[in-house]
Amino acid sequence: MSDASGASGEIELVQLLTPEGVRLEHPEYSFSGDDEEIKGFYRDMVLTRRVDSEATALQRQGELGLWASCLGQEAAQVGSGRALGKQDYVFPTYREHGVAWCLGVDPVQLLGLFRGVDLGGWDSQQSRFHLYTIVIGAQALHATGYAMAVERDGLVGTGDPDRDMAVIGYFGDGASSEGDVNEAFIFASSYNAPIVFFCQNNQWAISEPFERQSRVPLYRRASGFGFPGVRVDGNDVLAVYAATTAALERARSGSGPSLIEAYTYRMGAHTTSDDPTKYRLADELEHWRLKDPIERVRAYLTRSGSGDEGFFADVEAEASDYAADLRTRCLALPDPNLLDLFDHVYAEQTPYLAEQKSKYAEYLATFEDTGPEAGLGQAQPASSGQPQPVYGGGVH
Amino acid sequence: MTALTMAKALNAGLRRALEADPKVVIAGQDVGKLGGVFRVTEGLQKDFGEHRVIDSPLAESGIVGTAIGMALRGYRPVCEIQFDGFVFPAFDQIVTQVAKLHFRSRGMLRMPLVIRIPYGGGIGAVEHHSESPEAYFCHTPGLKVVTCSNPADAYWMIQQAIASDDPIIFLEPKRRYHERAEIDEAGTPPPLHAARVVRPGTDVTLVAYGPMVKTCLDAAEAASEEGPDLEVIDLRTLSPLDMAVVDESVQKTGRVVTVHEAQLNLGLGAELAARISEQCFYSLEAPVLRVAGFDTPYPPSRVEEEYLPDLDRVLDMVDRSQAY
Repeated sequence: MSDASGASGEIELVQLLTPEGVRLEHPEYSFSGDDEEIKGFYRDMVLTRRVDSEATALQRQGELGLWASCLGQEAAQVGSGRALGKQDYVFPTYREHGVAWCLGVDPVQLLGLFRGVDLGGWDSQQSRFHLYTIVIGAQALHATGYAMAVERDGLVGTGDPDRDMAVIGYFGDGASSEGDVNEAFIFASSYNAPIVFFCQNNQWAISEPFERQSRVPLYRRASGFGFPGVRVDGNDVLAVYAATTAALERARSGSGPSLIEAYTYRMGAHTTSDDPTKYRLADELEHWRLKDPIERVRAYLTRSGSGDEGFFADVEAEASDYAADLRTRCLALPDPNLLDLFDHVYAEQTPYLAEQKSKYAEYLATFEDTGPEAGLGQAQPASSGQPQPVYGGGVH
Repeated sequence: MTALTMAKALNAGLRRALEADPKVVIAGQDVGKLGGVFRVTEGLQKDFGEHRVIDSPLAESGIVGTAIGMALRGYRPVCEIQFDGFVFPAFDQIVTQVAKLHFRSRGMLRMPLVIRIPYGGGIGAVEHHSESPEAYFCHTPGLKVVTCSNPADAYWMIQQAIASDDPIIFLEPKRRYHERAEIDEAGTPPPLHAARVVRPGTDVTLVAYGPMVKTCLDAAEAASEEGPDLEVIDLRTLSPLDMAVVDESVQKTGRVVTVHEAQLNLGLGAELAARISEQCFYSLEAPVLRVAGFDTPYPPSRVEEEYLPDLDRVLDMVDRSQAY
């Protein structure tokens, strides 16, 4: 990409593993893990991709209302997800399926949101993975506030690895234009909050290229807010891991916020409702396909001898089995009961809503004699045979 | 018993909340050293420190958005929005996030936030400093909305709002900040979400809240010489509404006039009219009538006294009600 006028110097990109699978040295960042750890990353990325492709298939078959694919972003997500310490807390967008995987969130719970059976069914406090946030950039402020609270709780800079913690807030290149993300930078900087802002610059905000959002490389924005920023090869799991580890440690130690720009590419559509052929060229896709995050790790492991064909085949087989099981569990997800939802609006239920609930229950009861099908026609004369989950859910 | 202005009563209530629970924090623009532009938080940062009384950067969405993050970690933030007209940058965070997180998580996450907003007109302010945005918030499931009309309620209601596990929009009638009344700090307050008859009467019910309660009491007083005997209800809680108190009154008087500063169209009066007509249909001697701000944007302050409902407009509507 071209640099903007006024922004000086070379654009730096931290890379520790080339697309050909060759390890590189970097003066500031290094990956000190062994090949077993890299094999673990490989497995995480393959499984993330397989979960993602199964979800896309489920959407195509009408089993999900929508899916936001993370295809191509596996290294950015697994590299950062695996860098998290056991106390660190995550605020995702709606595309961080690979980070969710690293934190042990059951993928079927991600599917639940996109299937429309719930609005985020996982226990976010237990998994340290906040519910997906669909309003672009809003979670950057939640992450910052959470980090401010962590600092108030005295869990920063104690030097005790079982105590100190950091927060990581994910967002994309599109969100970098949102006021909330910029306000989050300001609050985090002003209060020196223990947070890592992790931007996956996947080049496209639905149909708008990165150049529409920013005329300077995103990582450079950090300096204007008073904290460091770095651009890493977002398709290089080792570089992402190294940079995130360093940024989290900086936050935990009390040195404040930082920004990581993981330079990557959205290989799929924005969501299953999108058609990227209308706004981008196939050549661009081919260019990025050569930088695939999984293939380069496979090439490295093959070359180093740590991963033989048996290992790769085992991971593939595991991914296939996992996907089949995930599909079965997705299809078995029960529809919610609308009546139950009345009870979750408030911690302390209001008399008015309780009354609405009970009146609706009475209304439903009027169909008991004739059964839900007969009742459906009566209640929704204009619906002409379309399924009406609200009335047809079998609430009795 | 202590005589305090509403601003001082809020200050005392906030102080007690800060003392009672170390997880209570206050955040907003100028709430620290300055004590807020209305001095509601005066002296609190000095006594409780910068970690609990937080001067925020000038960004309303940031104030509420970071408060959400703090609430997720067990804090009970009290956000101050400096003026009603400046809440809108935070509107997204309030409506799409604060209001929904309990619902989305099926109760696993709680949002014990209080968002204090000085609201309403009558102080000769410049544009955007006199708005009455309550209906927006009442229309949003997941939020609760309350407003105080006097110092004693202010003192108790702010503490009750902070103790609530639900997010509360706390509206403070800024033109009543400096009115003074006795507060019994050893007393027992009524529940937060309860309306109250503040003046009993027999002929027509006036339903008001916040700044208009005093206007209605003045109207009732003026009418008492030779006119109708007016009952005045202070709603106190706008969402949920406490209709039991309203219904009981209307069943007695058969006539009701709602009064608020906010614009007429789709204001609280509309919901009250609908609910009263559903619940008190056979008691009504007249349609529910509404006195409200006109459906113009808030006017320049030189004509705000004309714009705002006053004693005469209230009594005129009472006459119309009685004419049915």
